[in-house]
Amino acid sequence: MTAAPEQVDVLGAAREQVLERGVGLSEEQVLAVLSLSDDRIPELLELAHQVRMRWCGPEVEVEGIVSLKTGGCPEDCHFCSQSGQFPSPVRSAWLDIPGLVRAARQTRDTGATEFCIVAAVRGPDKRLLSQVRDGVKAIRADGNDIQIACSLGMLTQEQVDELVEMGVHRYNHNLETARSHFPNVVTTHSWEERWDTLKMVREAGMEVCCGGIIGMGETLAQRAEFAVQLAALEPDEVPLNFLIPNPGTPYENYPVVEGTEALKTVGAFRLALPRTILRFAGGRELTFGDLGAKQGMLGGVNAIIVGNYLTNLGRPAQEDLDMLDELSMPIKELSKTL
Amino acid sequence: MTAVYCGYCGKEVGEADHSACAKRLRVIDPPRFCSVCARRMVVQVTPAGWTATCSRHGETTSG
Repeated sequence: MTAAPEQVDVLGAAREQVLERGVGLSEEQVLAVLSLSDDRIPELLELAHQVRMRWCGPEVEVEGIVSLKTGGCPEDCHFCSQSGQFPSPVRSAWLDIPGLVRAARQTRDTGATEFCIVAAVRGPDKRLLSQVRDGVKAIRADGNDIQIACSLGMLTQEQVDELVEMGVHRYNHNLETARSHFPNVVTTHSWEERWDTLKMVREAGMEVCCGGIIGMGETLAQRAEFAVQLAALEPDEVPLNFLIPNPGTPYENYPVVEGTEALKTVGAFRLALPRTILRFAGGRELTFGDLGAKQGMLGGVNAIIVGNYLTNLGRPAQEDLDMLDELSMPIKELSKTL
Repeated sequence: MTAVYCGYCGKEVGEADHSACAKRLRVIDPPRFCSVCARRMVVQVTPAGWTATCSRHGETTSG
């Protein structure tokens, strides 16, 4: 009788493949990690942390974000409280330039090196781009040298070029979820349209920031699919959000992602994306609470959004800065990003 | 002024159990409804705070 082939342990394989060689896990391997039993989470997080330290270093990139144009979006992203297609309590609002300058200053004062200007739109029109241009100028005139990123939806080539010319160094456009699950989440545009914008952004020389939201009804296999699709994009940054079931949206009654599941996701994404800036973004407060955020930071995450989000609130920035201090994780300095 | 309506769901405070609403307001949400008249407010969230404006009862901030 022939002995059954010994099952290769995925974390053992990851140690050699990802930690030693810097090669991200395959889709099958990511799925194996996501399917690990809960008692192996500490081992997974320890390995993910080692991978992050080896391939990214000890520094943590801190970012603040602000909504320049809130609500009234024509798209139907089912997770989003800013869609005009759902009966969400979020009303439309525009932030004026002095408000934008203040928000950038608040962000810079936390020690953050990144400030992302976000608008709830399908893509920017002339008015919005003009507001961004004026905003960037005003932030610089305020003596603030923070790196400026934007997230303004889908772009044309001309708009990409315009943002480059303004000095926007990074562009966020999330693929949100696996390609196979995207049509269940958004019907007003396609995953491929988002991909096209990301390609133009990369080719124009801006840094690519692209992540998504965990907990939108995707299967574990689709979560693994998403991780490797992101890896194929080779983004500079991946923001990892956990669904906030917002009232009025189609997902308002979806459960909050459980902490153990979220930690496995964090670890798995780090092992799929060993060299990428992996950022804790929205939803961590509900999913993890205070303790879990610390576990995530010790489990492969090397960037955070501090302070509030676009329509939801985050922890006070100082609490996160104190946490990083307690973990002896240095904040990336602005000089090292230039 | 006394809060008559829940800032999270806009329903009367005495009408139902608002403990889940209170948790959301404590952890991740600014108020969306005016506590005096239940009108939906225009809310601007910024990195360090929020401002909520009711067309009838004016502005509230995170302080």
